[in-house]
Amino acid sequence: MALQSPKSGHVTSVGGLDRRRFLEGAVLVGGVATAGGALAALTGCTVPDDTPAGPGGALRLGMAGGSTSDVLDPRTFLDWVPINIGYQLMNGLVEIDGEGTARPELLEDWESPAVTEWIFKVRRDVLFHNGKSLDADDVIYSINLHRGDTRSPTKAVLENVLEVRKLDASRIKITLAAGDADLPATLSDYRLLVVPDGFTDWANPIGTGGYRLENFEPGVRCITRKAGQYWKPNAAHVEAIEIIVINDPVARVNALISGQVDVINRIDGRTANLMKRNARFQVVRSQTGQYAVLAMNCESDPYRNNDIRLALKYAIDRANIVKTVLNGYGTVGNDQPIPPGNRYFDASLAPHAYDPDRARFYLKKAGVERLSVTLQASEAAFSGALDVGVLFQAAAARAGIALEVRREPADGYWTNVYQKAPFCASYSDGRTTVEGALSKAYRSTSSTNDTNWRRPAFDQLANQARAETDPARRRELYGACQQMIAEDGGALIPMFMDHIEAGSQRVKGWRPSAIFDMMGQRLGEKVWLQS
Amino acid sequence: MTRLLAERAALGLLTLLAVSALLFFGTNLLPGDVASALLGQEATPEALHNIRVALGLDQPAWLRYLHWLGGALHGDFGTSLTSARSVGAQVLPRLGNTLVLAALAALVSVPLAVGLGLLSAMREGGILDRLISMLSLVTISVPEFFVGYVLTLVFAVQLGWLPSLAVMHGGMGFGERLAAIALPVATLVIVVLAHMLRMTRSALLSVMSAPYIEMAFLKGLPRSTVVLRHALPNAAAPIIAVVALNLGYLVVGVVVVEAVFVYPGAGQLMVDAVSKRDLPVVQACGLVFAATYVGLNTMADMLAIIVNPRLRRPR
Repeated sequence: MALQSPKSGHVTSVGGLDRRRFLEGAVLVGGVATAGGALAALTGCTVPDDTPAGPGGALRLGMAGGSTSDVLDPRTFLDWVPINIGYQLMNGLVEIDGEGTARPELLEDWESPAVTEWIFKVRRDVLFHNGKSLDADDVIYSINLHRGDTRSPTKAVLENVLEVRKLDASRIKITLAAGDADLPATLSDYRLLVVPDGFTDWANPIGTGGYRLENFEPGVRCITRKAGQYWKPNAAHVEAIEIIVINDPVARVNALISGQVDVINRIDGRTANLMKRNARFQVVRSQTGQYAVLAMNCESDPYRNNDIRLALKYAIDRANIVKTVLNGYGTVGNDQPIPPGNRYFDASLAPHAYDPDRARFYLKKAGVERLSVTLQASEAAFSGALDVGVLFQAAAARAGIALEVRREPADGYWTNVYQKAPFCASYSDGRTTVEGALSKAYRSTSSTNDTNWRRPAFDQLANQARAETDPARRRELYGACQQMIAEDGGALIPMFMDHIEAGSQRVKGWRPSAIFDMMGQRLGEKVWLQS
Repeated sequence: MTRLLAERAALGLLTLLAVSALLFFGTNLLPGDVASALLGQEATPEALHNIRVALGLDQPAWLRYLHWLGGALHGDFGTSLTSARSVGAQVLPRLGNTLVLAALAALVSVPLAVGLGLLSAMREGGILDRLISMLSLVTISVPEFFVGYVLTLVFAVQLGWLPSLAVMHGGMGFGERLAAIALPVATLVIVVLAHMLRMTRSALLSVMSAPYIEMAFLKGLPRSTVVLRHALPNAAAPIIAVVALNLGYLVVGVVVVEAVFVYPGAGQLMVDAVSKRDLPVVQACGLVFAATYVGLNTMADMLAIIVNPRLRRPR
């Protein structure tokens, strides 16, 4: 059986993108600044190989995504502030690097002796903040927090895991129900953080991270301080990290401009263009596969009929939406969840470009003269969802489709509308693996299959692709999956949305993320401050 | 008079009790429950059921109300459903922050509003009066978040004199705290000033047209004495009422200002709790807010009785 080790250079993850191509594309879009300036702003450093000037300083992050109900128990993580704090205090099992590749973290090596078996080597020279040294028991306990009787949403990710067994103090064996060539990347899940065996004091998590918790006021701020020697080389440069929760977007930008924070997350395209004009600031843009989706329920009328679904797919002007709603900070989607730039993206798939005549053709084929549908949307689904609805309405009218956009309250959207309305807006974060993206919403068994699109043939294809170790064959199988979703699925995916963050030029070592934003939420241990 | 005052106080308590019932059952009517709000996009029937049972949401509502009311009387508001921390420990520091902000804003705005209102009334029709009227109309017509953004833009972003964030924490010195809180206080002062000012002015002027005031003028008293000695005591009731209303607003209605300045007050806590359907926190905040509002208004009523000679001795 194939030996898959990161040391042998085998790439176990797929969420990546071609950096060169990404930067070129980004420069074209960032037309306001000069090409060189935009490049510097995007990569976050002027000299590609600059090294930390020396440790020290306090890094201040102004972040959206925190709430007074936040707890530092990884099983409860749902939003970015607790996740970011989690990565400061604790380490994951596997890290996704800037290219989207799975790299060793607390699991330092791995191999797969059989399709359904994986053996992981646990890093042994690592100490917890309480002085205990890391071993296999800690890792097994931390994984099992998310298996069996648990509230953790990561349970679904580990559904395929049959058993996690200790071989010896430094090796564990994971047995799967069905083969998964991407298991290491799957184990990079942000809730899979490692604590000592039997640990339960979540008010003050003990981890192996570069920082120790000093003060945590949920929904207000969090301060962590360097925890002495850190096992990870070239990491944890700053002395302390402060997160200030700023959920209001204008307040976030003001805090950066007035110098109260060094980095802010989640800015929109218009603000990004303004920030780029000011030499004091840098803008970092990441294409992580985050997408918007208008979900049609394939088990309710009229969306039951694929001709209707196709008519709607051709009746939306995606390029215009990316230009207007995202200010260009995004990519046109073609109704399947794998973004262009992913190494398994099927480029041969014909894009669903705006074509009113074609939409009319499918309407006619479905035997419908005039189609009236209602799209339920809210800003809670994704920022700009209502604008997308309005643009869709105008474009669809030219194809003879009367689309009504119903504005739903943001409060309670996920309970009252999502997965209940026959046609509603939603979003999905980018996933580290193609399997992650497919199992989230497209497998029959998925609890968040928000389109009720269930095709046994697709499940089989996805299983086959997941277990396939030959890259070429795998690409073929994943291509077929994408084709099925795009041509038959209920997900209308108009666009992939970039993550944009901004900060002071003092922050060095800052790179775009391959997954989520803020360097996969690990920005704290990666950047340093120029004095 | 004592009886009148006791009646007011009893009425206040009764109102509070009614509010507590409304609050409890009202929050239970909210669509969606804490279990589904907690899980968001990732809710499955199995996970939902587990959480509901774990949180005791399967018991009848009236039983939960009695338990809750009994606890609240002892200052025990239960534990938060989302964070499993004590609700009291969460609400108290936030309430403290809110009260500091409200007190500072009141300290500046109430004397300023009443003073300017008096001045306006004394100089009715003069240039000063018109200027004050115009300015107060301007401030009353712009929404508070806009005032906040403008102040931030000028004093934090352009001039750099004051911080744009009002994050409070233990390690701050008094001066730092004052600087951090300056912009939200200024915003609140601008927002509540006009309402109280205009009320003071119009209450005074309506009394000023009464015959006994004309009598005072005919006696040859100067305008300022007439306003302060004769008109003000009789105009006090509506002024006190509007001041109480605005004080209540300063405590319970400033969530927008809190959001703009990232001030960790109780309003933000309540909004977070509502969006997560964390009912114990919502109910505790609601009850504290209701108590503040009812308390302030009851006190205003009682004060109006005490200062008004005619109410003091009812016929």
